[in-house]
Amino acid sequence: MSNSLKKRKAKDIIAAVFARSFLIFIIFLALLIIFGLFLKARPILSIVSLPELLFSSSWHPMKNEFGLFPFIIGTIEVTLLAMIIALPICMLTSIYLSEYAKRRFREISRFFIDILAGIPSVVYGLCGILVVVPFVEFTGELIGIQTTGYSLLAGGIVLAVMVIPFIVSISMEVLRMVPEPYRESALALGATRWETVKYVILKKARSGLIAATVLGFARAFGETMAVLMVVGNVAQVPKSVFDAAYPLPALIANNYGEVMSIPLYDAALMSAALILMLIVTIFSLTAHYALLKLGKTI
Amino acid sequence: MSRIKIKQLSISYGNHQVLKNVSLDIPDRQIIAVIGPSGCGKTTLLKSMNRLLDLNEDVAVKGEIFIDGENIYRPDIDVTALRKRVGFLPQHPYPLPMSIFDNVAFGPKIHGLDISSTPAVSGAQEETGKKEGMRRFVEHYLSLAGLWDEVKDRLHSPAAKLSIGQQQRLALARVLSIEPEIILADEPTSALDPISAKLVETQFKILKQDYTIIFVTHILRQAKRLADYIIFLYMGDLVEHATAGQFFSEPRDEKTRAYITGEIS
Repeated sequence: MSNSLKKRKAKDIIAAVFARSFLIFIIFLALLIIFGLFLKARPILSIVSLPELLFSSSWHPMKNEFGLFPFIIGTIEVTLLAMIIALPICMLTSIYLSEYAKRRFREISRFFIDILAGIPSVVYGLCGILVVVPFVEFTGELIGIQTTGYSLLAGGIVLAVMVIPFIVSISMEVLRMVPEPYRESALALGATRWETVKYVILKKARSGLIAATVLGFARAFGETMAVLMVVGNVAQVPKSVFDAAYPLPALIANNYGEVMSIPLYDAALMSAALILMLIVTIFSLTAHYALLKLGKTI
Repeated sequence: MSRIKIKQLSISYGNHQVLKNVSLDIPDRQIIAVIGPSGCGKTTLLKSMNRLLDLNEDVAVKGEIFIDGENIYRPDIDVTALRKRVGFLPQHPYPLPMSIFDNVAFGPKIHGLDISSTPAVSGAQEETGKKEGMRRFVEHYLSLAGLWDEVKDRLHSPAAKLSIGQQQRLALARVLSIEPEIILADEPTSALDPISAKLVETQFKILKQDYTIIFVTHILRQAKRLADYIIFLYMGDLVEHATAGQFFSEPRDEKTRAYITGEIS
C-alpha cells in the first residue's frame, strides 16, 4: 500500500470515529437528562404519593403539600387554547400559500414568516403585556367579567402567535410534497381549486398536517418565557379563560433557585420538569410516527 | 367539420419557445395522434387545449384556440366549464385518494350533474332511487373504460390498490364520467404493460364514435394502428398534418419522410 493511500485511509477512519463519538455523546446526553431528572424527582414520592402529586390541587410547599394538578391543567389548557386559535389560521394560510399563491408571493411570505419565527420569546411576552393583556381586560369588561387581563386567554393568544409561523412553514412544505399530477387530475375534471384542496390535497397530506400540528403542540407545551409574562401565575385551576393560570414551565422558571430552603421543593420542581418532558416527548414521537406514515402514502 | 381550430399558437416557458406559430384545424370524431420526437411540444400542445398549462406559472401563450367558435384563451372564459368539455387523461394514472367508485362519481358530484338524464341511467332513477342511479352510472363508465368486470366486486376499496393498467382505465372512466366532448390523452399507454396498453387502445377505437380523441405518442407504430389523423411536430414547428393514410403513404415534407423511415427520431 502506498503512503498516500495509507494517509487517506487513516483520515477516513479518524473522521468516522469522531463522527460516531459525537453522535453517541448526544444520545447519551438525552438519556442522562431524563435519568437525572428522575433521580432528583424521586425523593418527593417519599412524602407524596404519585396520584396525589399529579391530581391534588393544594400547592403549599411550606406545609409539604405538593399538588401539581393546577400546573398540569394550566399547561394543557394554555396549549389547547393556543392550538384552537392557531390551527384554523395555520391551515388556511398554508393552503393559500401552497395552492393559490404565485411563486413570488409565496417566497416573499415565507420571508416574513421566518422573521416571525425568529422573534425572541421575551419580545412576544412584552408585546403580550402591552397589547394582549389590555385587550383581554377590555374584552372581559365588555362582557361583564372581572379580570386583570393576565389570564389563560392572554397566554393562549400569545402562544398561538408564536407557534403559527412554525406550523405554517411545516404545513406548507407538506402540501408542496403532494405530487403535481394529483392537482392536474382533479383540475382536469373541472374541479375548482378549493375542491381539489378539499377532496384530494388534504387527503393526501393528512398525516403530514397532523404531524405539523403535533409538533406545534409539542413546542407550545414547553414554551416558557412569553407565556409566563402574560398568564398571571396563580396556582389555581382556572374556572374560565379570563382567570389566571400557572403552567409547568412558568412554575419551574419562577421558583427554581429561590426557595431551596424548603425541603423537597427542589424535588417537586424536578418532578414537574419530568412530567413536562414526558408530555413533550410523547407528542414528538407521535409526530415522527405520522411523518413516517406520510412517507408511505405519498 | 372541425370544432377545434388553432390559430397562430406560440407557447414558451420563460425564454424557451416550445411551440412556434402553429395553426391547424382538428377534425371531429376521430382519433388524432400528435407525434414527434421528445421535447418537440406535443404535450404542451395537448395541455393548451384545456388550459391545463395555466398551472405552470412560467408559461406564456400567444395566439388563439377556438373550440366550437369560442376562443378558450379569452380572459372571461370559464376554465372549469371548459375542462368539463375537454377531458384529460394523463401519462401516469394518479387515482384520486378515494375508492374506485368515488373516483368515477367525483366528477359528476362536483359538477352537480343530473345523472338521471344521462344515457347511463336514462330515466331509471324514479324507480330505483338516487343511490342505485349513481351505481348504474358508475357501472356504465367503468364498463365503457373496459374495467367493470375486474372491479365490480371491490368498488369500495381504495383506487390506489389497483394495478397500474387498471388505474389507467379507471382514469379513463373518470374522464368519461364528466361527459366531455373531446378527450386529450398524454402518452396514455406509455406506463402500461402490453396487455393493458392493448385494452386502452381497444377502448379508444370504440369511443371515437362519440368523442374526438387527441392523443400524444412517440411510438410511430401506435399512431399507425390507432389514428385517423396525424399531427407531426418537430422542434416546436408544425411540420405536417394529414389523414393517416396520406401521412404515411405520401408524406409531403422531407422531415416527415425522414421521421417515418426512422432516419431521424
